[in-house]
Amino acid sequence: MKSWRELPIGGIILEAGNSVKRRTGDWRVFKPIIDHDRCIRCLLCWIYCPDGAIRIVDGVYKTSDGKLWSLSFEIDYDYCKGCGICAEECPVKAIELVEEVR
Amino acid sequence: MIRIRGVRDLPREEYFAPGHGLCAGCTAGTIVRHLLKIAGRNTIVVNATSCVEVSTTMYPYTSWRVPWLHVAFENAAAAASGIETAIRVLARKGIIDPGRSVNIVVLAGDGGTYDIGLQSLSGMLERGHRVMYVLYDNEAYMNTGIQRSGSTPLHAWTTTTPLGKAMRGKIQPKKPIAEIVAAHRIPYVATANVAYPIDMDQKFSKGLSVEGPSFIHVLQPCPTGWRFDPRYGIKIGRLAVETAMWINWEMENGNFRVTTRVPKRKHVRHYLEAQGRFRGLTKEEIEEIQEYIDKEVERINKLVGEEVIGPRID
Amino acid sequence: MQASVERVKTPYGIEQTRVLLNSNYTAAYAIRDVGVDVIAAYPITPQTGVVEKLAEFIASGELDAEMIHVESEHSALSAVIGASAAGARVFTATSSQGLEYMHEVLHIASGMRLPIVMAVATRALSAPINIWCDYTDLMNARDTSWITFIAYTAQEVYDSLIEAYIVSEDPEVMLPAMVAYDGFWMSHTYEPLYIPVDREIVRKIVPRRSRITLDPENPVTMGSIVGPDYYYEIKYQQVVAMEQAYRSVRNADRIIEDTFGRRYEPIEVYRVEDADIAILTYGGIYGTLLDAVDRMRERGIRVGAMRIRLWRPFPAEDLVSKARNISTLIVVDRAISFGASISGPVALETIAAFHRVGSSPDVISIVAGIGGRPVTERDFEGMVETVFKLGRRAREIGTLYWGVRG
Repeated sequence: MKSWRELPIGGIILEAGNSVKRRTGDWRVFKPIIDHDRCIRCLLCWIYCPDGAIRIVDGVYKTSDGKLWSLSFEIDYDYCKGCGICAEECPVKAIELVEEVR
Repeated sequence: MIRIRGVRDLPREEYFAPGHGLCAGCTAGTIVRHLLKIAGRNTIVVNATSCVEVSTTMYPYTSWRVPWLHVAFENAAAAASGIETAIRVLARKGIIDPGRSVNIVVLAGDGGTYDIGLQSLSGMLERGHRVMYVLYDNEAYMNTGIQRSGSTPLHAWTTTTPLGKAMRGKIQPKKPIAEIVAAHRIPYVATANVAYPIDMDQKFSKGLSVEGPSFIHVLQPCPTGWRFDPRYGIKIGRLAVETAMWINWEMENGNFRVTTRVPKRKHVRHYLEAQGRFRGLTKEEIEEIQEYIDKEVERINKLVGEEVIGPRID
Repeated sequence: MQASVERVKTPYGIEQTRVLLNSNYTAAYAIRDVGVDVIAAYPITPQTGVVEKLAEFIASGELDAEMIHVESEHSALSAVIGASAAGARVFTATSSQGLEYMHEVLHIASGMRLPIVMAVATRALSAPINIWCDYTDLMNARDTSWITFIAYTAQEVYDSLIEAYIVSEDPEVMLPAMVAYDGFWMSHTYEPLYIPVDREIVRKIVPRRSRITLDPENPVTMGSIVGPDYYYEIKYQQVVAMEQAYRSVRNADRIIEDTFGRRYEPIEVYRVEDADIAILTYGGIYGTLLDAVDRMRERGIRVGAMRIRLWRPFPAEDLVSKARNISTLIVVDRAISFGASISGPVALETIAAFHRVGSSPDVISIVAGIGGRPVTERDFEGMVETVFKLGRRAREIGTLYWGVRG
């Protein structure tokens, strides 16, 4: 750990957003899994996630019955705490919470 | 002013980084993400001591991708007044770029606003600083372990207002903070709810656009303090509106408007029974709360001159 | 402002004008000449004159700054913290209960390492409520890590406030600084002093420096929560900064001397070279003490006067070296530290300073001037007489409460 000489003065943190170095994903008991075939891209999971652990991924996605979407979602499991809000709010129940075994 | 008509209008950039220590399912995280999406990178945040403050800046890590200042519990509004004045003076003197506009936002909990922070908030409002004050309200001093605040609703359990034989939770009703702020006659005051994010974001946007102070009071369901499974944070926020325990309104230059109409509302027990902090309430106490809400609904409808909050269906 | 009666050229060529001001107004003139951006203050007797005069300067356009009419002293310091963090040059002023109200924020200001300058017109603390001068309010801020000057003339108030900006904004220091002077005795009484004709000169010796501020172009987090693993190191940085502050003050003293021809030292002395006994005190009563020393000298008593000008960081080395010939040192404090082994705060520090070098004169602690009780030449003469009479016992007593009835 840094000495008093190496730290910036006054407890200031110079590196914006460096909390990304803390992998809060290890808090998780239940892991949300998105079914991209069921997903209707309403964006609600992305809107509600308290941790910003759901990312919008641009790119064509074709469902198993031929439906085309221009974007999908990716859960960043490094930070997902498994709160379950996304699963609860999904209007089509496309997110399943699976107990994680470690 | 950023126009939000629907979910697709929301900017994708995240100015609130993950890796913070907010509880799993803490809807304050959701509120802050939205606030910063609307405010954007040219924003300075002054954060009062609170859950968000300690959870997002545990040295040496910070979740903030905008300049951020914490001074103490009761003085965020005073510190923000100083920043707002400094930027104006420095811009006038040409020491900083006068062409660039900076949003100054105070983010405080109910503790730092209703009670210990009320004085400095009132001073800031009275002096007319161009600052948007966002109150994220989880209805108790959550950061210190769920003690009662002026914002705690009637009969709610907290560690300092337990539900027992001699005393039944909080014995006073919730202090009407947004109305107290509105009495200062500032350009924009609004109440919002994290379960109605588009309405909330539109209010953030409006608040940032006015010439003078603005105040947005956001209900923030707290799984840890209100005692519910973390997955239900948004659902409980929605129930608050559906039972009229929470009303989304705005007041723009004195013109009052309810922004989320509730054509048919539910009995408050749907909201109360979903939370552990109201467990053990008697039928009479629930009815007492229902009566209080019924009176509030009547008052609001009268104010608006229209039945914006409808009758109970149960 | 009184019509100037004299324009004086110092040996160094700066043209100055002689004015008649009380210390409150003097403080306002210093702030006007330094050129600040944001002032936030709340009125309290006896500081009010500072803020009122500054408001006049702003209204007339002489000072290009904004005054935030905060609703309390706690908010005053909080507002200047915000303003300083945003890059502004700031000022506030207070006394007594106001200084107490902002007390937690004093620690925050220094802990955050922000350049801030404050004037304190010292006043006794409630209860009972008392609006007159003593130094209890200043002494209560002793451990807050603010660089502290105690002035004894209006001229020194002016010069010290300029020094306060030089030192506070020094990148090696970055600690807030306060300049204290007697409430009423100095804040409200008029003295002649010299201020430069061309105010630009002051601005030249206190140039603006760039530092890390709240800036969307470079987002930083200020005021985070720090745990046991890092807090100690961050506080130790303050210890080091305080040590550096001594050197910075001496540098500022030199700048004032080179610019205005006035010389200041952390410990100032008068007629101590051939003195056996000396009285050390601070603030406005030092002037009275100088007269008392002359009177006693006429009667053949080999007495000298000393005053402490720099209170924090405490100039222990200067004190020890300047008192090396003295065998008895009476420290006259204007505050009571209740329950302490020695109730005079400066007396206690004096004893500690000598303790470090291993040899000491007899240090006698006397408390006087409490709650605005006047201290006259006769009082100082009486103190010396009493100490002579008590002999060895003077030290054993601990603290002598001069003039208390009963």
